[in-house]
Amino acid sequence: MTDTELRVSKIEDGTVIDHIAAGQALNVLAILGIDGTSGEGVSVGMNVPSNRLGRKDIVKVEGRELSQNEVDVLSLIAPAATINIVRDFDVVEKHRVSRPETVVGILSCPNANCISTANEPVESRFDVLDDGVRCAYCDTIIRESLAAHISVA
Amino acid sequence: MRHDHLLSAKQLSRGDIEALLDRAAEIAADPGAVAGAHADTLLALCFFEPSTRTKMSFDAAMKRLGGDTVDMGGVESSSVSKGESLADTVRVVEGYADALVLRHPSEGAAKLASEFADLPVINAGDGAGQHPTQTLLDLYTIRENAGLEDLTIGIMGDLKYGRTVHSLAHALTNFEANQHFVSPESLRLPRGVRYDLHEAGANVREHTEVGDVLGSLDVLYVTRIQRERFPDENEYRQVAGEYRIDAALLEAARDDLTVMHPLPRVDEIAADVDETDHATYFEQAHNGVPVRMALLDSLL
Ligand SMILES: [Zn+2]
Repeated sequence: MTDTELRVSKIEDGTVIDHIAAGQALNVLAILGIDGTSGEGVSVGMNVPSNRLGRKDIVKVEGRELSQNEVDVLSLIAPAATINIVRDFDVVEKHRVSRPETVVGILSCPNANCISTANEPVESRFDVLDDGVRCAYCDTIIRESLAAHISVA
Repeated sequence: MRHDHLLSAKQLSRGDIEALLDRAAEIAADPGAVAGAHADTLLALCFFEPSTRTKMSFDAAMKRLGGDTVDMGGVESSSVSKGESLADTVRVVEGYADALVLRHPSEGAAKLASEFADLPVINAGDGAGQHPTQTLLDLYTIRENAGLEDLTIGIMGDLKYGRTVHSLAHALTNFEANQHFVSPESLRLPRGVRYDLHEAGANVREHTEVGDVLGSLDVLYVTRIQRERFPDENEYRQVAGEYRIDAALLEAARDDLTVMHPLPRVDEIAADVDETDHATYFEQAHNGVPVRMALLDSLL
């Protein structure tokens, strides 16, 4: 298979996440909790030439249709991402990611003294601001390098 | 009040604050009128951090309303030392009492407790987060001494970790107070607090020297700079020395300046200030009882 074939190879059913900011593909998979252990086919293109972005990443997940709720959180690290739902080799839905109001369980609070990082039966929760996110427990604001605070394995 | 819990000063509107302070003033004027108002009410005191003032003042407030308290005791002797989560502790305590007062070393602890407990939770200090009942008694003291209208206040010391500062600064945005924040660079207001103050329309003015604003202040609110915030003993001593108030310094202040402090103080206010008309911190501490009586009366 050539490089070109890998990049454009179609999936039969599933989700194509396109126009991901270059370098963020693995963070996209981390946020979505996709690590291949549940058997779905996953292909990742990194630093692919793009008219719109110069370089972009692209992720294809076979056999799984991601919901709007699942993908909206991607807007924090890949605001230009487009979501294509594919059925029987055709794109049947195409939409953008939009900023969610809150992000639950995906980021970890950087404040070591925050109760959400203690041994308590709660998930982290962040409110999404115009510029960054804010811990719902301790009010700590994260503006830079959100991807560094992704806590899912 | 519209809320079952008091977790943060951010949830208090101007109307909430004024109603509570009015009620506190009524109670202070005639404590006997509410002496049996909450007989049979049991208040749980869960202090995961040492405290004398706040705990005693809640204890006194509940008892003066005719109720009683149950005290978790020190953390060393409790199930917490065996590794129990806060979520479990509060779910057990809710079976013992009608409301819960929580002091905890972690930010967000009171919020977490409120998510698990089926009873009103009062935040009596969560780490470097919030301390809203201290704020209510601070506001009461300010209203009695300087008034809350057209207030110009200087808030000085450890603004980064000072939970009384975070709560007070936010509450004062309801009154459009002119707030001046005086601290060393390393202890400036944290980003989250700054964000809220801006959102509330406050103009955050920061200074490193109290002399820059002292002459314009109605109130100077002093907080303690703690040794453990500095890696180095020398650095601590130098900074602490620069943020110390004494009678000579206050010569430059207005005669009617009110000096407040949430206590305990170490040496950030010299003893010679106690003798001046500026000193208001002991009165401030005494106000804790009627203010907490008013709060308990409204929540229970
Ligand atoms: Zn947090």
